[in-house]
Amino acid sequence: MKKIKYSAAINQAQHLVMDKYESVIQIGVGINTPWYVGQTMNGLLNRYGEERMIDTPVSENATTGIAIGAALSGYRPILTFPRMDFMYYAMDQICNHAASLNYSLGGNSPVPLVIRAIINRKGEQAAQHSQAIHALFMHIPGLKVVMPSNAYDAKGMLIAAVEDNNPVIYIEDRELYEFESEVPEDYYTVSLDKANVELEGNDLTIVSSSYMMHQCRIAVKALAEKKISVDLIDLRSIKPIDSETILNSIRKTGKLLVVDGGWLTGGVAAEIISIVVTQGMQYLKSNPVRITLPDLPAPASFVLENAYYPDNTKIFQSAISLCL
Amino acid sequence: MNEKLNLKESTFISILKSMIRIRFFEENVAEIAKRQEIQCPVHLYIGQEAIASSICADLRNSDYVYSTHRSHGHYLAKGGDVNKIMAEIYCREEGCSRGRGGSMHVIDRNVGFMLSSPIVGGSISIAVGSALAAKMKNKGQVSVAFFGDGATDEGVFYESLNFAIVNKLPMIFVCENNSFSTHLPDFLRQSNTSVSERVKGFNINVDKVDGNNPFEIYKSVGKMIEKARNNEGPSLIECTTYRWLSHVGYWQDLDIGYRKKVDVEQWMNRCPIKFLANELIQNEVITQDEFIKLEEEIKNQINNAVIFAKNSSSPDPIFIMEGLYN
Ligand SMILES: Cc1ncc(C[n+]2csc(CCOP(=O)(O)OP(=O)(O)O)c2C)c(N)n1
Repeated sequence: MKKIKYSAAINQAQHLVMDKYESVIQIGVGINTPWYVGQTMNGLLNRYGEERMIDTPVSENATTGIAIGAALSGYRPILTFPRMDFMYYAMDQICNHAASLNYSLGGNSPVPLVIRAIINRKGEQAAQHSQAIHALFMHIPGLKVVMPSNAYDAKGMLIAAVEDNNPVIYIEDRELYEFESEVPEDYYTVSLDKANVELEGNDLTIVSSSYMMHQCRIAVKALAEKKISVDLIDLRSIKPIDSETILNSIRKTGKLLVVDGGWLTGGVAAEIISIVVTQGMQYLKSNPVRITLPDLPAPASFVLENAYYPDNTKIFQSAISLCL
Repeated sequence: MNEKLNLKESTFISILKSMIRIRFFEENVAEIAKRQEIQCPVHLYIGQEAIASSICADLRNSDYVYSTHRSHGHYLAKGGDVNKIMAEIYCREEGCSRGRGGSMHVIDRNVGFMLSSPIVGGSISIAVGSALAAKMKNKGQVSVAFFGDGATDEGVFYESLNFAIVNKLPMIFVCENNSFSTHLPDFLRQSNTSVSERVKGFNINVDKVDGNNPFEIYKSVGKMIEKARNNEGPSLIECTTYRWLSHVGYWQDLDIGYRKKVDVEQWMNRCPIKFLANELIQNEVITQDEFIKLEEEIKNQINNAVIFAKNSSSPDPIFIMEGLYN
């Protein structure tokens, strides 16, 4: 099988769904320029034209409503936000409308909308250009929220998201774009609600997602040298969360480290630990540990950024203390 | 020409100085970005200097100014501390935001420069909030929001405009129309590319001026400031202009196909600084020698700011949480 980049996998998925379904249209600020979306949109404008690739003014609130309206009227839009930070203007449409419409209208008004949301951390870009706000969406009933960590899942989950009849927030971290993995060329889906046990081990369970999975992989290699074997779980979806896979692992290891790229309070790590404590307390041999961003807006200075963003060293050290 | 200059000779010397200061500052920032001395993304103001400089010429320290991602020119024109903004672009502790914000988050409350927001349209409504406060305090203050034509694509612009009008606030909306929102030209985004025409139905006092002509801008905004100070409500001034460099960074983005080299060259020939300097020299307001001396002085000031920034310390990670709450 061929190895391709994460960004190329997203690109392939979009070509395939736009080929297969005339109803797939794309909309958003900067979707037709690599400035905003890297290589993920290569060839789409040429192949499908401006009618299906709509680059918009900066009007996020209205654009999101427009995507919802198109979804209610027979289309399957992919709406892209080149930075999660720009989604706050769209929050009303996402949370008040897309998420709850089907329920509040009696169950026959599906909103088949995919929202691609890109995280751009670091680079001294500060508080309004660095945010990873996946946990906010996790809180909203009616949304599905996925954050693939490798090219294979990126492709399969994007296709599955487009086929799904519900609003799916599909979160990409730009730092993953260059990472390669083996990806089949054809059309396939990866389910939107299953975690993946990426590595099996007995001493410790590490649960993570998206870019932080990459940092975990590095830490896990170093831990293997210290004879600590890790069950490494890639969440893939943070709504719904695959509790079963996590609990099965905890039953075996008795120890939990959760690594998330968002903020501490009310975040993904808090939710995972809550699941384990309420449903699997009896298996735990020690207090669960979480590694997240501090409860702080992103600072600009790279010196502060280095202190702000946890990396594989921190994961390694926390794992060692947990296993001592 | 003399009639224009009758306005106030010293004012135009100040405006010229402000424009040159912004130009040198931005050229320096471009250089240090090119040398990769900074990582922080920078949105340079080169080509648009006449607008900030002329709008701010008669503003007081007690008047409020709000800005965008393209913040440096507004900050300097309002009288912001040149050392502190340079140090902020270097993300240092001695920077105006202590290295927490970088180029897009600058502040100098001493001179009424309140904030800059890199969220498009993000600071317009906040500026209206200061206008509301100014009206309630009733001390003749005005509030000014700088924003681009791109920001008028956000709904919050119209909501803010309406509120300011309905409440007769001492507010001046300054739209710098450089006809681009990053890569998208106005005609692909807007049903009517003239912002001043578009908002006429709001019953607001509007004017459209050549944003590369300090005389026009100064004259027009002067009336608006007077109105605002006399409790006669808000105004909007649309200044047509052009940014010479890429949306972000130090290069000229001719390679990505959204604008033509001839257009950029044409606008560069309409350099606002050259224009004003020529007018002032021809009308014997200043001599060529004085102009050169002025340039030297400002160059020194900017060089010193770079030295100040480089000598400033990096923030200490131990104090990373400092400033989260007041
Ligand atoms: C809410 C939001 N959406 C998108 C962006 C990305 N963005 C940054 S600047 C910009 C264009 C702004 O154009 P304009 O307001 O005309 O200002 P100019 O850059 O021309 O000074 C865009 C779309 C953003 N910063 N914020």
